[in-house]
Amino acid sequence: MASLVGSRVERKEDKRFLTGKGRYTSDINIANQTYAIFIRSPHARAKIKKIDTSKALKSSGVVEILTGEHIAQDKIGGLIAGWAIRSEDGSEMKCPANPPLAKDSVNFVGDPVAVVFAETLDEARAAADLVKVDYKVLKAVSNLGEAMNSEAIHDGIDKNLCYDWLLGDRQKVKEAFEKADKIIKLDINNNRLIPNAMEPRACVIDYNTASEEITCYTTSQNPHLSRLIMSAFGGVAPENKLRVVAPDVGGGFGSKINLYNEEIVCSWASKKIERPIKWVAERTESFLTDTHGRDHITHAELAVTNDGKFLGFKNETIANLGAYARVFGTVTPTYLFGPCATGVYIMPAAYSNVKAVYTNTAPVDAYRGAGRPEATYTIERIVDKAAMELGMDPIEIRMKNFPTEFPFKQTLVHQIDSGDYVAGLNKAKEMADYDGFAARKKESESKGKLRGIGVTSYFEACGIAPSPVVMMLGCGVGLWESAEVRFNPTGQVTVYTGSHSHGQSHQTTFAQIAADELGVPIENIDVVHGDTDKGTFGMGTYGSRSLTVGGIAIVNACKKIVNKGKRIAAKMLEASPDEVDFKNGEFVVAKSNKKKTIGEVAFASYLPGVRDEVKSPLPEGDEPGLIESSFFDPANFSFPAGSHICEVEIDPETGNVKLDKYTAVDDFGTIVNPLIVEGQVHGGLAQGIGQALYENAQYDDSGQLITASYMDYTMPRADDLPDFNLGFTCTKATTNPLGVKGCGEAGTIAATPTVMNAVINALGGKEISLPATAEKVWKACKEMKKSNAKAA
Amino acid sequence: MKTFNYHSAKDVKEASKLASSNSAFLAGGMTTIPSMKLGLASYKDIIDIKRIKKLSGIKVSGKTVTIGATTKHSEVANSKDVKKAIPSLAALAEGIGDPQVRNRGTIGGSIANNDPAADYPSACIALNATIHTNNRSIDAEKFFRGMFETCLKSTEVIEAIEFSIPEKSSYQKLPNPASRYAIIGVYVAKHKTGINVGVTGAKSCVYNDKDLAGALTKNFSSSAIDSVKISSSGMNSDIHASSDYRANMVKAFAKKAVDAC
Ligand SMILES: Cc1cc2nc3c(=O)[nH]c(=O)nc-3n(C[C@H](O)[C@H](O)[C@H](O)COP(=O)(O)OP(=O)(O)OC[C@H]3O[C@@H](n4cnc5c(N)ncnc54)[C@H](O)[C@@H]3O)c2cc1C
Repeated sequence: MASLVGSRVERKEDKRFLTGKGRYTSDINIANQTYAIFIRSPHARAKIKKIDTSKALKSSGVVEILTGEHIAQDKIGGLIAGWAIRSEDGSEMKCPANPPLAKDSVNFVGDPVAVVFAETLDEARAAADLVKVDYKVLKAVSNLGEAMNSEAIHDGIDKNLCYDWLLGDRQKVKEAFEKADKIIKLDINNNRLIPNAMEPRACVIDYNTASEEITCYTTSQNPHLSRLIMSAFGGVAPENKLRVVAPDVGGGFGSKINLYNEEIVCSWASKKIERPIKWVAERTESFLTDTHGRDHITHAELAVTNDGKFLGFKNETIANLGAYARVFGTVTPTYLFGPCATGVYIMPAAYSNVKAVYTNTAPVDAYRGAGRPEATYTIERIVDKAAMELGMDPIEIRMKNFPTEFPFKQTLVHQIDSGDYVAGLNKAKEMADYDGFAARKKESESKGKLRGIGVTSYFEACGIAPSPVVMMLGCGVGLWESAEVRFNPTGQVTVYTGSHSHGQSHQTTFAQIAADELGVPIENIDVVHGDTDKGTFGMGTYGSRSLTVGGIAIVNACKKIVNKGKRIAAKMLEASPDEVDFKNGEFVVAKSNKKKTIGEVAFASYLPGVRDEVKSPLPEGDEPGLIESSFFDPANFSFPAGSHICEVEIDPETGNVKLDKYTAVDDFGTIVNPLIVEGQVHGGLAQGIGQALYENAQYDDSGQLITASYMDYTMPRADDLPDFNLGFTCTKATTNPLGVKGCGEAGTIAATPTVMNAVINALGGKEISLPATAEKVWKACKEMKKSNAKAA
Repeated sequence: MKTFNYHSAKDVKEASKLASSNSAFLAGGMTTIPSMKLGLASYKDIIDIKRIKKLSGIKVSGKTVTIGATTKHSEVANSKDVKKAIPSLAALAEGIGDPQVRNRGTIGGSIANNDPAADYPSACIALNATIHTNNRSIDAEKFFRGMFETCLKSTEVIEAIEFSIPEKSSYQKLPNPASRYAIIGVYVAKHKTGINVGVTGAKSCVYNDKDLAGALTKNFSSSAIDSVKISSSGMNSDIHASSDYRANMVKAFAKKAVDAC
């Protein structure tokens, strides 16, 4: 049987998704369900003086209306930050309480204050209009740069500062900078993004009055984690009385990592009103209340020698947490950002200093790439600026500072096990026809257009795991992953994984892995995920961890199956287990050439009585059945890397930027399914390009989100994007048996700096902030024309 | 969405009779339905006019193209007759929104709504359109009154829009990157009787830019536009484009339009 790992197996998921048969949370209806509508703050910052529900309670069809008072009475806990980050001075970070329904104060537009349950959605809406909330409106803190000098939003949190964090050595950096020929300085923003998953968040809650069990169907990337938080911190129900199911989920990008207010409130309320509850977010609610991404202001400096060697790097960053600290909110701008900010380079000295602040805006949390796009943007923009100021070619300066020996101890945290950055950049250079750029630029100029080329080399730390490491860095849980592999007596296999697929195609990739390990046709393998009542446990999907952590747990569970199978086969074949080989789904004894298929062995394992000449196939000490589970906790993160090159053409009359060519060369280690990996890269690139050219969440001074619909928030569209030119190099990860590194976030990480470097290259080095919208580019073109005229 | 009474009118007379100050006609529904869903508008009566056959269709006579009010954008975009008589008008229709919007949205709904960023109003101005309703015919220049405002009475039904076929014409649009409505759109048309430059998106209502038209009357070339001063005062300003940028883009897109004529 040919190996499936490495082949372009078509997605098992496609049939149901493409024919509209996917089963999402909002497709679920439970008899006798009520409908929930949340009443949300229209103000960015206010004290709640009074909530009057009397009129609304009398409205037709209303079952119940609950507020923050009820939450407090029932001692329901709030939302939490999952990582404890310490400040440079050793003090603990400061986090405000974040009750599921605000009781005393609201802190962003969309903060929920009350909820109506009614017989129909229309009745719930009509009643919600009758709930009167009396607010004392306060001045909002909506500007990131001014947050530390503004009034404190939360009691006891001075300067709105959660922490002032340092990674690295200030003294060493100072010494390195003193030795430099030149210091390159850069001030940049990293624009706020709204994840915009295609499926808005939703939950359907079913309280079983007999078993007292709550079932919460929800749009989650990690149902087990949601159950844990809802139970341990929310106090909604003990874990054994709480089942969380995340069925088909239409995209997450990080925004569905968090357990949200609505899930806690509806789960708790369903038990209270003894009725099922359905809540589905409207698109406006998604814009306002899904966790947002990015939103940094950074000052960075790079110390270089005249011939382009890097001596040291530092960055001072202010990161926006929004109104509250959520699950990955505090780690995203620190340990997911700082270590990667020195890029793929040998950097003798470095530090990252990050001040994370609260503002009256939606909470900011992990968004595809989480911290690593911000880090890569910082270093790759400043490296390009250094090349320009030193009069060097952007590829040359990168090559000059790449490590060539692996494992490579990166400056701040990571020990990178494998990689070949030179090969990746060389391949990208060739595929992008880098040398032909000058001719293409001339041609553009002959049409009155400007052309620019941009290069980025990146690495990322993903496969987010090693529990001992992440827990040392402040994580509240261990980030292993689990799997269970069950052979049915009749030979099909069910693989349970604790990771969750919301676009990642685990049902295909994981089945390929299991098919290879067990020698069972892929059609006979089903992958089950997303249900806390099925399988063992799980930490979920984010940080490109599903395959590198969850996939390996599957491999290990399969290996246990094969080992037990060997013992059983040995008994059946009258040999000793070490005489049995397993290959292509068959247990073979070489000396006698007798064999049993894994299906036969599985069947026998469930029927340990007298069969044929064998008294019992079960060796002494083995229990019946062929079911094994495994928890995998890798020794290290994994480190995908690559180089991307793109070209833009700019119309100086209008500022319109056309992305003309895009080449991506990535090293993801072993590739299980190239078809799926290419899809992941395409999607990631679209999002990274979106950040560079289109997407920008904006709040006004009063804290109103002025980009709260698709009329104003620009998503990248297919016709904005060129055909992507993809290539791969491969150095296998040494920290897992498949050699895989993870591919989910790479495109998002590399694309933003690649595109911006190209735009700024076209503008002759003129800096502009993210995103490069037409008006900004047009202004820069005008200034460029002026200064060119002066020079001439 | 608030509850409402739905009526399907069998003819224009019935539609007009059912209408009041608290009703809306339902053509493509691409504006009416989203605004009702978002709670920005609510009506007692919704009067569906899609089943009135007479209101849909395209006719070309010697000098004019007449398009029925409920003709969809996609029908105009794909009409061989329109492409032949006024190719710029077919191209304009092709550039509205996205395929879903073009397959439902109608020309009558678009001009009745008179969104300051809509495309068709600029065509009406540039192509000396006459708007035929159930009780009168109105010149385009008089039809568009202000932001989302026309001279239509609430019981008045647009039946058709009649465009003059120009000697040459072009519509050039800078789309809003998010919505793809016009940040600005400039429709240049050269008729035997004179030149019109319909500008949309720039101000609170579509207008005929007399300065640009004047310069082009003297010399129909894009270089003639260079010397025209376009003031940013009165121009729209939003997160996508400042008034200064809009003023400059009116000029840049007028030049593109002349070059494309
Ligand atoms: C996502 C999106 C993108 C869009 N992009 C663009 C764009 O790029 N450019 C652009 O120009 N437009 C755009 N539109 C608007 C669209 O083109 C429609 O034309 C417009 O919404 C109105 O047409 P309708 O047929 O849908 O009218 P409806 O929504 O049915 O009606 C709108 C109004 O017109 C009135 N009305 C309709 N027909 C008549 C009639 N015959 N007589 C009198 N009054 C009438 C109704 O009473 C109502 O008040 C977009 C819309 C959407 C939803």
